[in-house]
Amino acid sequence: MAIWLTKDSKVIVQGMTGSEGSKHTKRMLAAGTNVVGGVNPRKAGTTVDFDGTELPVFASVADAMKSTGADVTVIFVPPQFTKGAVVEAIDAGIDLAVVITEGVPVHDTAAFWAYNVAKGEQTRIIGPNCPGIASPGASNAGIIPADITGSGRIGLVSKSGTLTYQMMYELRDIGFSTCVGIGGDPIIGTTHIDALAAFEADPETDAIVMIGEIGGDAEERAAEFIKANVTKPVVGYIAGFTAPPGKTMGHAGAIISGSAGTADAKKEALEAVGVKVGKTPTETAKLMREIMSGR
Amino acid sequence: MDLYEYQGRDLFERHGLPVLAGGVATTPEEARAIAERLGGRVVVKAQVKVGGRGKAGGVKLAEGAEETVARSTDILGMDIKGHTVHKVMITVTADVAEEYYFSYLLDRANRTFLCIASVAGGMDIEQVAAETPDKVVKAPIDAVKGVDEAKAREIVTAANFPAEVADQVVDVAVGLWKAFVAEDATLVEVNPLAKTGDGKLLLLDAKITLDENAGFRHPDHEALVDQASVDPLEQAAKSKDLNYVKLDGEVGIIGNGAGLVMSTLDVVAYAGERHGGVKPANFLDIGGGASAAVMANGLEIVLSDPAVKSVFVNVFGGITACDAVANGIVQALDLLKQRGEEVTKPLVVRLDGNNAEAGRAILDDANNPLIQRVDTMDGAAERAAELAAAGV
Repeated sequence: MAIWLTKDSKVIVQGMTGSEGSKHTKRMLAAGTNVVGGVNPRKAGTTVDFDGTELPVFASVADAMKSTGADVTVIFVPPQFTKGAVVEAIDAGIDLAVVITEGVPVHDTAAFWAYNVAKGEQTRIIGPNCPGIASPGASNAGIIPADITGSGRIGLVSKSGTLTYQMMYELRDIGFSTCVGIGGDPIIGTTHIDALAAFEADPETDAIVMIGEIGGDAEERAAEFIKANVTKPVVGYIAGFTAPPGKTMGHAGAIISGSAGTADAKKEALEAVGVKVGKTPTETAKLMREIMSGR
Repeated sequence: MDLYEYQGRDLFERHGLPVLAGGVATTPEEARAIAERLGGRVVVKAQVKVGGRGKAGGVKLAEGAEETVARSTDILGMDIKGHTVHKVMITVTADVAEEYYFSYLLDRANRTFLCIASVAGGMDIEQVAAETPDKVVKAPIDAVKGVDEAKAREIVTAANFPAEVADQVVDVAVGLWKAFVAEDATLVEVNPLAKTGDGKLLLLDAKITLDENAGFRHPDHEALVDQASVDPLEQAAKSKDLNYVKLDGEVGIIGNGAGLVMSTLDVVAYAGERHGGVKPANFLDIGGGASAAVMANGLEIVLSDPAVKSVFVNVFGGITACDAVANGIVQALDLLKQRGEEVTKPLVVRLDGNNAEAGRAILDDANNPLIQRVDTMDGAAERAAELAAAGV
């Protein structure tokens, strides 16, 4: 069944006619995703051909939903327009908005998140600055390569794109129910905790891999959540043990401020609640392999 | 991006907030001109992005232009906790009666902004919060509604600001919020927010962080970057759109994706523990694409660091297939040769993921003695550390 994204999901793409948007729309279609259209007010009424699949372009998210029954949108618009695109998706009341765009000002993310909260959080937002969500064999919304792994019973939640791919690859013989890349920005819509809660409730997920990195205290809070709410086995990995304080390491949110946000603190918090934390991605995969082989 | 105090003072002044008259000088002669303009007694403050300036002798009073020149001469060039003082800020003095604290910052955990206010200012707010938590107010700010007069008054009342300054603090709170939003700041901290003997409020210090992601709507922010203090390699990398952070080890690192590169640094550091204590020399994320040109630029930057003894190229082929990445590496070495910068240091390459077999075959066929192919991340890190240790 997977979480949040299934074979029944109907996906639209905001920014489908742009270079990144069209490239990844093609890839999502090839992965079997039910992409039903795109949004671009200037090209509304036209269609775009993706290797034989004609997709209609709509003027707005609301129009696209009305015509197609779409319940997921993947957003590829440039950072200047991301806030507007997400607000439009929230206004349309779509279930899931996956924000791929990197480089969104944090005031914009804070604003669309506050807007979403004020609207009763009808829309689940993943990202920004994330690779998206993939339920292998069912659907793929974003830029996660679809051919790394097949479906299985491990759930994965990660702040990092390539570490997500690495972990999917290491455990490809076992397979994943859903892989969620939540992104590395200081403010993000869906958190580790949201994904842990959904995996805990998902009957098709047996165990969870959680990948974190320096910055903030999301991993520490996830540890508290695991202690109180998660009965399935969780294996963790944290990147950035050797990162110097005060330097942004690629992701806008990956920064140690003073003594806060270190990898050591996150590892300790997770281990204190019984989560096994691997020293390297490969060792982490091995820990998960041990858990799954006992089932 | 963290601003210097004088840049913060300027920013507050531009937004109509009450600050002391002043200016910034890079030489004693510039300091003289400012002192003459201001007249009377002034404060000369070292501009460094580190605390404890006063204790280190980086803050001095001066009476008139001659003393200002003398104090500036003392302070300019001083070393404060490893930071060389290149600039001094000169302001008129203030008659401070009381010191308060006021800040707006990003609250990552609650996905919003936070206001912290206290009547106990002039000292480390974390210490105040630990010792007298009842004196510190933390108020979440709705990113859409912001801080209007009513919200500001709520904060001022909760923090127990004295009645005679309450209206002024409300004005500062509203004005500071406007500046926080207008400049796309993630932190504005005023400590102290001072009350003078005649009952006026003044923002006496400024700690400001600006969001670099918002640079597209602030072309003026680029000028706030202190080029003198930016590492030359980081500067060169930035001009080529590469995400590079200089570290102080011997193993050059190139990878795709921020998380994977951070992870690579860690794995190399662990391996280094077994090989003479070598460490990663840098963080370099060349992004998902990893084309030959980008790879060449990356290699050029990493190899121009004289401390680098070996390079670990760690790529997971996701969207970009490994054969394209392998071609990129081989072509990059040719490109560098054409640019007259022939590579002489060993490259350990680990390719995994999409089309890994084809990529590895391309590396083998290139038959370049500098390229060593190792197929696991942990094994490749081990090899790169070993080579760096041998080259030290």
